[in-house]
Amino acid sequence: MAHTETKRILPTGLRLAPSQVWGSIRLVPVLRDEVRGDLRFARRTYDDDLTLVSLKGGLMEPGLKYISYVPHGLVMGWDDRSRSAGAIFGTQLHKPEGKALKVGPFTVRVLHRMAHREDKNRLRLLPLHLAMEGFLALHFGGPEVAWTEYSQEAVSRGLDPRSEWSVPGWSSTAFDEALRIFEIHEQQVGVLIFHADLLLSAFIVSHPEDYRALHRALLEDFYGDLLLQYGFLGDVPPLSLSIEDRRVSSLGDLRAAVARMREDWGAFQGFMAGGVFGVEVSASTVYEAGPFHLQRFVTSLSPSEENHLGEVIVRGDGTLEYLKTYRLSAAQTRRAYLLKQLSQADWNLERAAVNLKTTRNDLMLRLSNAGFGYLLKESVLQAALRQHQGRR
Amino acid sequence: MDAALARAEQVAREDLVMFVNACFSCTGQREFYNDARGQAVSIEFLHSYILGNYRRLYARTLAAGINHFNQAQIILNLLATGKQTRAEDKQEEGALLAAALRALPPQRAFRVLEVLRERRINNRRARAIAQEYLEGRPDLGFDAIKYRSKLRATVAHGHLKLGGELNPFLFHGWRKRVYATPLLEKFRQAHYDESAIFELPFTVAEGLAVKHGIPRDVFLTRIEPRLTAAERLRLQGSAARADGVTLTMDLGRAPLTKLALYVLSLKSEVRRERRNELHAALEQAAARTLRRASVPLGRVAAVLDNSYSASGSSEKRRRPLAVALAAHYLLSASAREYRAFWTNPVEEPLLMGARGQTDLATPLLDALDWMPHLVVVVSDGYDNDPPNAVAEVTRVFRTKLDPARRTSIVHANPVFASELYAPRGIGFHVPTVGVRDAEDLPTVLGFARFAEGAAPLSELEDYLAARVRRLLERGPRSQTSAEPLEASGEVTGEATTAGEEE
Repeated sequence: MAHTETKRILPTGLRLAPSQVWGSIRLVPVLRDEVRGDLRFARRTYDDDLTLVSLKGGLMEPGLKYISYVPHGLVMGWDDRSRSAGAIFGTQLHKPEGKALKVGPFTVRVLHRMAHREDKNRLRLLPLHLAMEGFLALHFGGPEVAWTEYSQEAVSRGLDPRSEWSVPGWSSTAFDEALRIFEIHEQQVGVLIFHADLLLSAFIVSHPEDYRALHRALLEDFYGDLLLQYGFLGDVPPLSLSIEDRRVSSLGDLRAAVARMREDWGAFQGFMAGGVFGVEVSASTVYEAGPFHLQRFVTSLSPSEENHLGEVIVRGDGTLEYLKTYRLSAAQTRRAYLLKQLSQADWNLERAAVNLKTTRNDLMLRLSNAGFGYLLKESVLQAALRQHQGRR
Repeated sequence: MDAALARAEQVAREDLVMFVNACFSCTGQREFYNDARGQAVSIEFLHSYILGNYRRLYARTLAAGINHFNQAQIILNLLATGKQTRAEDKQEEGALLAAALRALPPQRAFRVLEVLRERRINNRRARAIAQEYLEGRPDLGFDAIKYRSKLRATVAHGHLKLGGELNPFLFHGWRKRVYATPLLEKFRQAHYDESAIFELPFTVAEGLAVKHGIPRDVFLTRIEPRLTAAERLRLQGSAARADGVTLTMDLGRAPLTKLALYVLSLKSEVRRERRNELHAALEQAAARTLRRASVPLGRVAAVLDNSYSASGSSEKRRRPLAVALAAHYLLSASAREYRAFWTNPVEEPLLMGARGQTDLATPLLDALDWMPHLVVVVSDGYDNDPPNAVAEVTRVFRTKLDPARRTSIVHANPVFASELYAPRGIGFHVPTVGVRDAEDLPTVLGFARFAEGAAPLSELEDYLAARVRRLLERGPRSQTSAEPLEASGEVTGEATTAGEEE
């Protein structure tokens, strides 16, 4: 994996507007006052049942693959001489990307790389899949020392294949409806999606027109379990602020009070989005496109906090130009956390158990519960299970 | 005891205001925020609740200038439950039913008669009212062609006898015989002969043209003289798009809100090109509306919502926006001094579209700065930038800055919120009234004082009674079509505005 750095994601150059609520979904508009126009995004749709992305090696050669349902990709166009990218944007013809295969009644598309440069100033990337692939590849290699507890498979193949599942936006009708009736601001470049007042995802692009075009595509993206998990909760409260009459003695005062109300909203929602903005993340650069660095990141993976992974582009002066995040579910966080702990202890179960302040048996049970039972030798796991039951 | 009575009166007044408000805006169709099913359930509940508790006032609502959808519902519900009418109300209710049915556009009235059969309503009064309606029609032969299935349903259901060749025509159609009545004979011939089609009403001819395989552009060109104004307006866009036919149209004759809907359906380039023509037509329509229902207003500010939610729904496309645009023209024509404040400012109201968030507070504050006598807010009642701001602004303005009410604020809402059983309001200190067409504005401005809650129930009852007298005094009319305008046009006299009351 590429060089990893620790940084903070800050909403520089952005402003939050009051939220719009529908049922249990709260959508917070993200506005940008200064639009440079040298970085544009467009959507490219794929209508295939399954997409296979070859991460290493040639298109049809054996190698590391990422398989998922990918409804669309983003095409990013930029201009490094700070001219407007809008003039050339969206005007190019392109031939169908990758290779389409027919497998029975289904179609499978084979694509080249997560981020694929198509032209001098054009990059195709698969949003979120990029981050998700990085997440899946976390400590992918498995144990480097052949400890006796690990199964033959774990030693020879590592975590291959590792899978996670997520929820597409259209599985929640409330989300569909909330996106339909959402009123897009003129300067809006992004949105924070809250479900039951928990931050589910953030999506920010560089240009308002691109956001307008991509707004409905949010429905095709994938989200954490929260979208289903809290789907049956009731409506979130509208949270209305009020004006103190005591302080108002003229229309001017009233106008100022409304302005203050608007600011309070922005500050409050920034506070609610504290799981992404301002926290330390470990980020790795995926692509360098002129002045723009595409990075993927993941937060601390500590089970007691909310954890997000995603992609980000920050301009040289610190302006946040592109952001897309995915909230990990508690189970996903646990899995990642365990892998991280194992990796830090060089996959030594004893040492990892000490670090986690638990016993070796408990750690093995936790691994098995998290879905990593296949890493351990059957006999070792059974012994741990027996001892656990005996103790009870 | 007195307290209990006063409370009962208050409940009755609130119920009625809610009902009349709903009857101005709800059409049982889907809206931007609510689906059609919720709307239908909600309005049905309101109808049966008011019918059960305040039957006399329910009947009198027919005269309040409410929309056709709800008039039809009331007529049907009253006919279905005739037994419950008290003896002293029988005569008035019957007269109201007949008058309201007569005033409905013919397709709506015939639909009411058809539903009588669907709902198996077949009492003596229902039959008598159907009979009376048919007798009052100026040309039943024409109706027999244009509304053939509906008329047949009515005649069969009520065992009615129609004069001349109508009964055989309805039941045997074109196959049996040669007719002596020219129009019926043309209808018979049109089934065999292409050329006879063009003597028939457009909707009938349209189906027969398909049967004969006449190309659409040829058909449109030849049928043009037979088109009604509404059909012309409706077909203009699609005819030019699909068939390259230009229909000549005198825009100056279209009703105001319909015209606004038409204008907003045009592409912005077309609107820009025809700007002067469209502007003149809208001004003319507004002036014509005011001739029927003139409301001299003083210094008026309009706060108009053109946010994205004004785009309406697939069933009511752009209606809230059209009502706002029409209200703009209507108010500017009737006010001595007028200014418009849009939520997303536009350099030219004709060219605007529904876009962006709803920030009602800022334009309202701008309007109040200008110190008008009356502020009319036309909006769906949702404000989200920041939420609840407009309610707070109106509250503080009413209670702190202007307790003497030098400026009155009225909120007109074209959207019915099914979960509230009422159009959504903008705070407790501003009366909200439902409105379907901008032409209703004079009427609903008069109704606003009841919505505000200041006027007692007796006054509301007097108000409705006066309107009933007016409707009944007008006597049977013998016009073929009642334009939507006329319903609101009748009420001219007492449509005072909130601004004038002080």
